[in-house]
Amino acid sequence: MKKGKSTGARSLVRALEKMGVEVIFGYPGGANLPIYGALQGSSIKHILARHEQGAAHMADGYARVTGKVGVCLATSGPGATNLVTGIATAYMDSSPILAITGQVPSTMIGNDAFQEVDITGITIPITKHNYLIQSADEISPVVEEAFYLADSGRKGPVLIDIPKDILSSEFLVSNEKEYVLEGYNPTIKGHPGQIKKAAALIKDSKNPVIIAGGGIFHSDAFEMLLHFVEKSGIPLVHSLMGKSSIDSNHLLNYGLYGYHGKVAANTAIVKADLIIAIGTRFGDRSTGPLATYARDAKIIHIDIDPAEISKNVSVFVPIVGNARDILPKLTDLVSLKEIPDWIDLLNKTVVEHPLRKGGKEISVPGALEVLKQVIPDAIIVTDVGRHQMFAALYSDVKAGRTFLTSGGLGTMGFGLPAAVGAKVGSQSLNKDRPVVLISGDGGFTMTCQEIITAVEEKLPLILVVLNDSSLGMIAQLQDEFYDGSFDISNLGDFVKFDKLAISMGAVGHRTETLEEFEKAVRDAQSSGKTCVIDCIIKEEAHVYPMVTGADLLDLVE
Amino acid sequence: MKHTISILCDNKAGVMTRISGLFSRRGFNIESLTVGTTEMDDKSRFTIVVQGDDSVLEQIRKQLQKLVHVIKVWDIKNESIIEREHSLIKIQVTPEKRSEILQIITAAEARILDSTGDYWTLEVTGSTAAVSSAISLLSEYNIIESIRTGRIALERGVGKS
Ligand SMILES: Cc1ncc(C[n+]2csc(CCOP(=O)(O)OP(=O)(O)O)c2C)c(N)n1
Ligand SMILES: [Mg+2]
Repeated sequence: MKKGKSTGARSLVRALEKMGVEVIFGYPGGANLPIYGALQGSSIKHILARHEQGAAHMADGYARVTGKVGVCLATSGPGATNLVTGIATAYMDSSPILAITGQVPSTMIGNDAFQEVDITGITIPITKHNYLIQSADEISPVVEEAFYLADSGRKGPVLIDIPKDILSSEFLVSNEKEYVLEGYNPTIKGHPGQIKKAAALIKDSKNPVIIAGGGIFHSDAFEMLLHFVEKSGIPLVHSLMGKSSIDSNHLLNYGLYGYHGKVAANTAIVKADLIIAIGTRFGDRSTGPLATYARDAKIIHIDIDPAEISKNVSVFVPIVGNARDILPKLTDLVSLKEIPDWIDLLNKTVVEHPLRKGGKEISVPGALEVLKQVIPDAIIVTDVGRHQMFAALYSDVKAGRTFLTSGGLGTMGFGLPAAVGAKVGSQSLNKDRPVVLISGDGGFTMTCQEIITAVEEKLPLILVVLNDSSLGMIAQLQDEFYDGSFDISNLGDFVKFDKLAISMGAVGHRTETLEEFEKAVRDAQSSGKTCVIDCIIKEEAHVYPMVTGADLLDLVE
Repeated sequence: MKHTISILCDNKAGVMTRISGLFSRRGFNIESLTVGTTEMDDKSRFTIVVQGDDSVLEQIRKQLQKLVHVIKVWDIKNESIIEREHSLIKIQVTPEKRSEILQIITAAEARILDSTGDYWTLEVTGSTAAVSSAISLLSEYNIIESIRTGRIALERGVGKS
């Protein structure tokens, strides 16, 4: 190649290096091979997922743990469509990932060429933005722009689709363009006047409650939240995405609220006269029926996305901006609330409405208790289903990027690949933590091939399959709302997940009692290997509380 | 209530899909949509008429504003709107109705663009309401086909929309 020239693929890799990318999760195919060529000799490590969906969830898990943009790569056509579920999952949970896809040569676009699919068209509604590259000299500025978009304001996935001929074509580096974003300017700083108004409302409130959402996580506002809670003395509840906003056992943390929320947490919402919602979007799994939601409360809503203000519930004082910026300013203006009656009421509710406990047989709560004791400092990753709600209710996590779950999309199959990405991410940080996957037999099966990726990367992972031989959450819905009259949720016990794991090169355990389970967890912890624990749950147990009626206190315990 | 939204955006490939897709995805109903070039080379302006109460409008505006290529979105207030719509109407003109139709054409400030035998093609330009009333008057006769462009609008005075 002549001096001063580069190819599209090279400029892509160089731009990714410049943005600080350390790892790409990907899968090759005809249309992205030029990128693989350019990755040779790059500082960027490539991890080969065993399915593109896995690659997208890995990038997502990596992003959630590190706070950096996670990158995944696929080929055109089926490679690109396989990313879709992963991209949508990241979109719904505002996780910053960059998806790069190869595309058929630009001269063939529109001709239904082999493995052509309009992936930019397909992903418009599930990306923050996307690009179909037109010329090699725009790749570098587009990558920079894409990183900025993914990682600023309300974060989210961005996709770049690059035709194969452009990846291979040469161009003069000096012709590279710069990016301009006239129409994008996220509000970061909260309006001081609004913050003052919020402080005044807080001062006058009698039954205030804080809702912590995923925004705390994405803005790394854990410390700021803690100061606010402790200085104001206001009780806190959280959404599913907000689980790790604050230590699970903090005295003022009343836990998960919503559809499967704790009674005390839901009571706090129903009886509140003031809600201070931070980085949460009042999703339907949290609010329950909107008509009855927090009828007596005024709402202060702190959110970086102006479109979330008054989208679902009407907000009295909106503060648009980054929680990291706003919380310290609000904290300055508040003083300790004297609200003993309110706190007493909530504490009494906690005592009167304990969570159900597991029996002597091994149960999901029992297994989660073991994990809590043995690995107290874990990053917990969940899949989707009954076990996920159990994990949200029963597990303890420390404040931080420590609880990863597919909240918005509820994607079965998210857990294992996300745990792989999470571990890769955790290892890249100063403080590596154990990563524990809590999965179900249904969801684990959906992406179980990623055990191979974990083994290949020699990742120490504790992968727990809470194996109830059923689509437990579906069984629960059937029992509750359809008289359990059809049996689509029975998965049978065909699969021996320990053997499956062993066949893929991992360590496999099968446990049928609490003692066996505890031993397997300890083994897994000390082995430093990828370990799958097939934890047989015989006791059929649904997850409660569960809201079944017209408001958040109309529930089954 | 009807609202007229004006959108200034980058004139880039796919902007139309992003904007119209957002309306259908979020369940907002478009009554009319027009798009055209502006005084700036690389920008387009959309005028979209939608039905909805104020909170729906607010949500539409904010969601549009989130699109990366959208630079600004206005909900043009009815008091300050300058609006125009254009329409073509092909009508059958029988000898006995001829003079009546000519009267309507004068009253509605329409123009005859073409007359081929018994068939005239008329042009009406005016506010959406004016165009509607012209069409309504003409609908007494045999309209063969018609088309409306949908509203384009700017804000009155120096306000730059
Ligand atoms: C991809 C996908 N398909 C279907 C569903 C619907 N769904 C939600 S929970 C669930 C059952 C999950 O079963 P399992 O993984 O065994 O977990 P459990 O509920 O038994 O703990 C299903 C089918 C979903 N969330 N995601
Ligand atoms: Mg199950």
